[in-house]
Amino acid sequence: MTNFPVADIRADFPILAEKIRNKPLVYLDNAASCQKPNAVIDSISHLYRHDYANIHRGVHTLSVRSTDKFEAARGKVRAFINAASHKEIIFVRGATEAVNLIAQTFGRANIKAGDEIVITAMEHHSNIVPWQMLCEQTGAVLRVAPMNVQGELIYEAFEALLNDKTRLVAVVHMSNALGTINPVQNIIAAAHAKGIPVMLDGAQAIPHLAVDVQALDCDFYVFSGHKLYGPSGIGVLYGKQALLEAMPPYQGGGDMIKTVSFEKSTYAGLPHKFEAGTPNIADVVGLGAAIDYLNGIGMAAIADYEAELLAYATEQAQQINGLRIIGEAAEKGAILSFVLDRIHPHDIGTMLDSLGIAIRAGHHCAMPVMDFYQIPATARASFAMYNTKEEIDVLMAGIKGLIEAFG
Amino acid sequence: MFEDLRDLYQEVIFDHNRNPRNFRVIDNADRKVEGFNPLCGDRLTLYLKMAGDTIQDASFQGSGCAISTASVSLMTEIIKGKTEAEAEALFKTFHEMTTGKTEDIQLEAVGKLAVLAGVREYPARVKCATLAWHTLDAALKNETQAISTE
Repeated sequence: MTNFPVADIRADFPILAEKIRNKPLVYLDNAASCQKPNAVIDSISHLYRHDYANIHRGVHTLSVRSTDKFEAARGKVRAFINAASHKEIIFVRGATEAVNLIAQTFGRANIKAGDEIVITAMEHHSNIVPWQMLCEQTGAVLRVAPMNVQGELIYEAFEALLNDKTRLVAVVHMSNALGTINPVQNIIAAAHAKGIPVMLDGAQAIPHLAVDVQALDCDFYVFSGHKLYGPSGIGVLYGKQALLEAMPPYQGGGDMIKTVSFEKSTYAGLPHKFEAGTPNIADVVGLGAAIDYLNGIGMAAIADYEAELLAYATEQAQQINGLRIIGEAAEKGAILSFVLDRIHPHDIGTMLDSLGIAIRAGHHCAMPVMDFYQIPATARASFAMYNTKEEIDVLMAGIKGLIEAFG
Repeated sequence: MFEDLRDLYQEVIFDHNRNPRNFRVIDNADRKVEGFNPLCGDRLTLYLKMAGDTIQDASFQGSGCAISTASVSLMTEIIKGKTEAEAEALFKTFHEMTTGKTEDIQLEAVGKLAVLAGVREYPARVKCATLAWHTLDAALKNETQAISTE
């Protein structure tokens, strides 16, 4: 392996020292949620111990300190995804809330009966259901671009769906169920050529790839903090400033207004227009700490290391009789979804758990993907920068052992 | 390798998973109900042939994990010849056994089903064991709508 400092990184994540059922934890459920480094845990604790008050309110010292930290974290997010302005960074609860926000503001304002929204066959439920709800409200139509059996978008079929009724393309950057990385650059160029804006669901991509929203030229990019080694309950909506300016607010309340009277209220400017109420202050600060931590390692180095992990895991898995990998896209992130002959994923999950190995078993909030492969569920090992080849060996030994136990 | 799981995955469970009993359709079934666990995708269809209020024959089709397959397979064996009231009473005892609400369940009362008592230590797997029984409960109440664990 490369000189990637995985031992140092592991030492920064206290939970990795946990014993599970008297065995060392092998945490391979990172696509569901990543573990947190001391830097994140300590930043939240430090805020509550020394700097906490409500933000954008008081003139007192703690409110100023809290506000400074909160807005500094916004600046870190802006730089991390290379947005043009901090005004384009909206804090939400997670990627799910961000998609719902876009559907209910941009969508309600711009998408009408007969209009079309294009998604792909490999979307997470959070990038399906909000659009179905919008379609029910407006009479718009949801169009689904198909994928092939490797789990790759059939690009020509996607392009053929774009027409003069298409009002939005909303696609996943990296699939949580399959690992597929979509050709987002081409998707965006094709949509823009027809004047169609593009939203990327980056929930899965953000911890694995360096994301530059200006280079991508996407119109919206959404992600969750908890998959980026940050806290749960915090996420980011990036939107191009002109689009966000034109959108109506999402929720009404304090902090999102300029003036309020009983006759009429006026709204605050960006980004506050979309941040009604006291936000999740501590977790925004925690997310900022996660970004500082990742910048210290470098996203390019992380991507290289994870590619090595995935290649090793794939090679090992291919040698196991009766194991079938689900999702074999040429462009793929560090996710190994698989099924075993005659052994249900939930049994795999329970048996591996008894060895201290945490994987996900289920439909991964992507029931249409399971239907496509005509399977009820998969077992999924998903890797992060703190995983090792040795852990993959433990996983593979466990899989071989349970195949033997089932007989 | 899996010593810790001996209480959960007993040989009887592996056996019923490999060779499920009564895995067939009853063509002239009096009751037919579908059970579904949306969390894990387990799906089964339960068929009952009644003679008065006695279950003359029981069978199932579907796919699920080893726990759910063994549970429904064992259930179709044990309920044959039981009256509706007896089957309901067994459901109640089974439910208590698997959800751990009763400390000292009489394991003799459930016979072979005792091999599933281990799930009570695995809250995430309890529904795998009880799906079959909830489906039976619906069938005994003559409900025809598919039932769901959620």
